[in-house]
Amino acid sequence: MHYLRLIALAVALATLGGCAGFAPPQPWEKGDLARPSMQFDPDVLAARTTQHIYTSKEGANGGYGVGGGGCGCN
Amino acid sequence: MPLDPLSRLLSLALVAVGSALPLPALAVDAGQPAPAFALPRAAGDALTLESLKGRVVFVDFWASWCAPCKRSFPWMNELQKKYGDKGFTIVAINVDKRRADADRFLAQVPAGFAVVYDPEGRTPAAYGVKGMPSSYLIDARGNVVQVESGFNDEHAAAIDERIRALVAAR
Repeated sequence: MHYLRLIALAVALATLGGCAGFAPPQPWEKGDLARPSMQFDPDVLAARTTQHIYTSKEGANGGYGVGGGGCGCN
Repeated sequence: MPLDPLSRLLSLALVAVGSALPLPALAVDAGQPAPAFALPRAAGDALTLESLKGRVVFVDFWASWCAPCKRSFPWMNELQKKYGDKGFTIVAINVDKRRADADRFLAQVPAGFAVVYDPEGRTPAAYGVKGMPSSYLIDARGNVVQVESGFNDEHAAAIDERIRALVAAR
């Protein structure tokens, strides 16, 4: 019975990763992500301005969008 | 031997995680044989890669949500017209989950070439598609000669040249 508890504990630790263990969507499955309602910002121009400000203040880039392409392509 | 509730729950978690593990994507590179497919057209009849042996085939994976596809379709229409009677066929594989989305796209951007449907996504998985759109140029012997991800005009010109050489070499 102790072995079973040990295995159960190992499984519990493994599932602590949650959904991070699942594969991200394949490139051909990104249809729903490309919908306009899936964008973070409703106003594209304002979003671009804000992103530019963040980029210049942080001196770093990236970390937004869907897999490198905002339209869901690739 | 019945398990106590904790162990039962954790065993279920193990099964859930194990069944969600992804299968490795096999990438198809130039020089390898093109994976076979048999996919339905809009009318329902199946189009197989096997039936196109002996022809130069351009397989293009597209979707209604893929913006570059709006540019690539007119270009592919031209290609089909230019080389169609020289033994060249375009097969555009649609990967939309809903047929209505694909129909809406085709109403705006008509296709003068064969369009087949693969909503399950088994064919792009078999071809190891890395981005949308992706195209695979297949020679008359069934081997992939060029793989392109995305669409731009430089690639388009290069593929045109390649097709011209391949249909001449059939």
